[in-house]
Amino acid sequence: MRSEGSPLLLKIAALACVAFLHVPLLLIFLYAFTTEEKSFQFPPPGYTAKWFGIVWERQDIWDAIGLSVKVASIATFLALILGTCAAAAISRAKFFGRDHISLLFILPIALPGIVTGIALRSAFGIMDIPFSTWTIVLGHTTFCMVVVYNNVLARFRRTSGSMIEASMDLGADGFQTFRYVVLPQIASALLAGGMLAFALSFDEVIVTTFTAGQQSTLPIWMLNELIRPRQRPITNVVAIFVIAVTFVPILAAYYLTREGEHTGGTGK
Amino acid sequence: MTTAVSFQNISRYFGPVRAVDEVTLDIAEGEFFAMLGPSGSGKTTCLRLIAGFEQPTSGHMEIFGVTSEGVPPYQRNVNTVFQDYALFPHMTVLDNVAYGLMVKGVDKPTRHHKAQEALTLVALGSFGSRRPSQLSGGQRQRVALARALVNEPKVLLLDEPLGALDLKLREQMQVELKALQRNLGITFVFVTHDQGEALSMADRVAIFNDGKIVQVGSPEDIYERPNTKFVADFVGSSNVLSPAFSKSAGGPEKWASLRPEKINILPAKVKPSPGQQSASTKIVAVHYQGSVTRLNTRTVGGETINVTVPSSLGKFTEGDEVMLHWPQEALHIMAGEA
Amino acid sequence: MSLTRSISNFLFKHPNGFLTLLLAPPLLWLGIAFLGSLSVFLFHAFFSIDEFSGFIKYEFTLSTFAELFRLSNFDVIIRSLVMATAVTLASVVIAFPFAYFAARYARGKWKALFYILVMLPLWSSYLVKVYAWKLILAKEGIISWLAGELHLTWALDALLAIPVIGGPSLSISFLGTFLVFVYVWLPFMILPTQAALERVPVNLIDASSDLGGTPAQTFRHVIFPLALPGIIAGSIFTFSLTLGDYIIPQIIGNSSYFLGQTVYTLQGTAGNIPLAAAFTVVPIVIMGIYLAIAKRMGAFDAL
Repeated sequence: MRSEGSPLLLKIAALACVAFLHVPLLLIFLYAFTTEEKSFQFPPPGYTAKWFGIVWERQDIWDAIGLSVKVASIATFLALILGTCAAAAISRAKFFGRDHISLLFILPIALPGIVTGIALRSAFGIMDIPFSTWTIVLGHTTFCMVVVYNNVLARFRRTSGSMIEASMDLGADGFQTFRYVVLPQIASALLAGGMLAFALSFDEVIVTTFTAGQQSTLPIWMLNELIRPRQRPITNVVAIFVIAVTFVPILAAYYLTREGEHTGGTGK
Repeated sequence: MTTAVSFQNISRYFGPVRAVDEVTLDIAEGEFFAMLGPSGSGKTTCLRLIAGFEQPTSGHMEIFGVTSEGVPPYQRNVNTVFQDYALFPHMTVLDNVAYGLMVKGVDKPTRHHKAQEALTLVALGSFGSRRPSQLSGGQRQRVALARALVNEPKVLLLDEPLGALDLKLREQMQVELKALQRNLGITFVFVTHDQGEALSMADRVAIFNDGKIVQVGSPEDIYERPNTKFVADFVGSSNVLSPAFSKSAGGPEKWASLRPEKINILPAKVKPSPGQQSASTKIVAVHYQGSVTRLNTRTVGGETINVTVPSSLGKFTEGDEVMLHWPQEALHIMAGEA
Repeated sequence: MSLTRSISNFLFKHPNGFLTLLLAPPLLWLGIAFLGSLSVFLFHAFFSIDEFSGFIKYEFTLSTFAELFRLSNFDVIIRSLVMATAVTLASVVIAFPFAYFAARYARGKWKALFYILVMLPLWSSYLVKVYAWKLILAKEGIISWLAGELHLTWALDALLAIPVIGGPSLSISFLGTFLVFVYVWLPFMILPTQAALERVPVNLIDASSDLGGTPAQTFRHVIFPLALPGIIAGSIFTFSLTLGDYIIPQIIGNSSYFLGQTVYTLQGTAGNIPLAAAFTVVPIVIMGIYLAIAKRMGAFDAL
C-alpha cells in the first residue's frame, strides 16, 4: 500500500462530486420550510413548519401513499418468490440456454423503462384488461424481480456449493437442506433484495404512468405536480417523505448485505 | 472379508468428457483406501459417485451389497469430509456436528451429547460454542471430521482433506487420521494428489489417470513395482528407462523403472561388482538438498538418469564422468505398455 | 416415508424436473408479461396508420419504419443520441476522479462512507431528484442567486445566450436538461468505474513508475486501460437511461422532443401505435449495438 496522501486536486474533484450528488437533496429540506408559495425563490423569504400539518390533512396524498404501499408490498412479495427461483436455477446448474435466460432476467432493467411500460400498456389494450392495482403490480413485479434476482444470485455465488452437498451428505433431504442451510444463508440477501425492490416500486414512475390509468400512486401525484406546479410547498413536504421512505430500506439493505459478506465467506 | 464399496464397469461422462471410464474396483471393509492421481484424473468423481452427488452414466455399484444407483446422498450411510470443509457458517461448531443427527430427528439432549463426544474425539471438546469463522484451518478440518463421524458412517470419504493445511499440520494430521481409522475400524476412502500422503497412510492405493485406474496395490507395490511408465513417473520421482537402455544395462528389452535412491555411484571406468547392472554417465546438474544431493546424469545414448546420493559421499561437479550401478532387482521391468 | 421425503427423492431422481420447477414461474412471468407484450407491441411497427380514419391498417409494410427518416422524426433520434453521448462523456469526467479517489485512497470507514454516499443518490427517488433540480435551475432559484452574489450574472447570461443549448432560463434549456441527466445517472457511472479501479493492483502502478513512467504516462498506459471496462459498463447505463427517459425533458428543457417523449405522445394522445413501435425499436437497436461492442471490450465482466 502506498503511504503518501492523495493529490490535492484529486481530493477537491472528489469532494466536488460528493457535493454535486448531495446538495440538491439537501435543498429540498430547506424548501419544505419556506413561506413562499408561488415560486422557487432562493433564499426563502421566511421559514414555517405549517406545510407538514397541511399535508397531514390531505386525503388525496394519503390515498396515493396507500396505493403506493399496497402496490410495493404485493410486487415485492411476488418478486421475492420469482427472483429467488430464478437465482436458484441460474446458480445451481449449467444447462442449455442458461446465458440467454440470465440475460432475459436482467433485460427489464437493461432496457429503458419506457419500453417495458409501453409494451404492457399495449398488451392491456389488446387484451381489454382494465387498469387496476393489479396492472400496476404486474409492471412493478417485472423489474422488482430483477433486483431480488441480482441480490440472491450474488449471495448464491458467494456461498460454497459444497455446503448443500454437505447437508445432503449428512442426511438432510431437499426440504431440510433448504430450511436449515439454504434459507439461513440467503436470508439477509432476500431481506436486502426485498427492501430494495420495495424502495424501487414505491418510487417508480415511468412504467407506472403506462399501467396506472387514472389511479394515482405517490410518484404519479408528484409527477403531476412537477408538470403543472400548483402546490409547491406541499410537493416539497411529499418529496421529503419519499426520501425518508426510500432511504431507510436502502441503508438497511446496505448493512444487511455487508453483514452477509462476513458470514458468507469471501467478499466480492 | 466384506466388500464395502464395489464398482463394476462404472463410467461417468460429462458431455463428451469421460471423467470416469469403465472403472472396476472393490474396497474392503475397514480398509484405508487412497485414490491418487493428477487433477482431472477421475478420482474425485469416483468419490462423488460413492457419496451420491453424481450418478454413474453406466455400470453397477454397490455399497455394502446394496445397489446404490439412484439412491440420494441423504439415504446412504456414507459421509464426506469436504476439501473446503463446507462447515455451515451460520451455526455454532456444536450445531454443525449435531446437524446430521438433527435432520434424522434425534432429540436435542442426545444429539448434543453425541456431538460433544465427537468433538472431544478430535480434541476440540471446548470449542462447541464457537463459530466456524473463529477457528483455524486445522481446527475446521477436525470439525468437518467430527461432523461426519458422529453419524457413524460405514464409509468415510475424504476429499483432499489436508490440501489446505500447511506442511507441519498436514504431517501431524496424517498420523492422527491413520490412528483414528485404526481405532474406529471404519472404511476410509481418501482422495489426494499428494503421493507422499497416499503412500504413508493407505493400506491400498489406486492410481488414476484419464478416468481409468492404472494400478491398484499396497504402497510398496506401487512404489517398488509400478506397472506403467505413468505410475513410475507420478509416484515418487523414478527414472523411466527405455527398452533399449534396459537391454544395454543387462535386462530384458522393456520399459523399466529405477529409483534414484537405489543407484550407487563410482568413479568413471571403475568396474562394479558382479551381479550388478551398470551404466556410465556424465553429470549434467547437481542439486544440493542438505542431507542428500540429487544428480542429473546423462548416458552417451541420451538417457537421463537421476541419482540421489548422501551428501557425505563427497563433492560432485558438472561434467564429471561417473559409473552408476545398482542391484539387478532394482531395475523394475514394467508390464504395462503406456 | 414422509411426503416431503418422497418429493425430495422424486426431485433428486429428476434433477431436470426440479430445474424446470424453479425456472418456470419467473420464465413464464417474463416470457408472457415482458417479452410477450413487448414483441406484440413491436410487431405493430410493421403496420401503418390509415391517414383518414386514424385506425391501424393490419397489413405488412415498411412505410412506418421509413417515416422514422422524415426530417422531424430523424431530428428527434439525432437529438437523443447527441444528448445521450454528451451525458455519458460528462459522467465519465465527473465520476472518474471520485471513483479513483474512493478506490485508491479511501480506507476502512471512509470507503464505506463513500459507498453509501453513492448508493443513497443512486437509489433515492428519481422524481425527487428531478424536482430538486427544478428548484435549483428555476429563474429565481439558487443558481441565479449564487451568480448574483458572486457578481457573475453576466456569465450566466452569456451562457444562456449561446444558441441551441441556451434559453430564457436554465430550467428551460438543453443545458438544464443535460445537467439533470448527468446528475440523475452519475452514480451508475461511479460504481462500475470504482469497481474496475479497485481491481487494478497497486503493484502495477508501482511497477509502471519503477520502469520510469511519469504519473501521466502511468495513468494513460496502465490505469485508464484497466479501468476502461468499468467505464464502458457504466456508460451502458448512462447511455441507455438517457436514451429512454421521457420525464426529465418534459419537466426541465425547452419542449423539444426526445425519443421517450415522442414514443409517449405517439402511443398516447396521437394514437399512432405503429409509429410509436417503430420509434421504440430505435433505442432497442442502438442498445443492442452498444451492448455488442461493450461485450467485446470486456465490459460485462465489470458489471
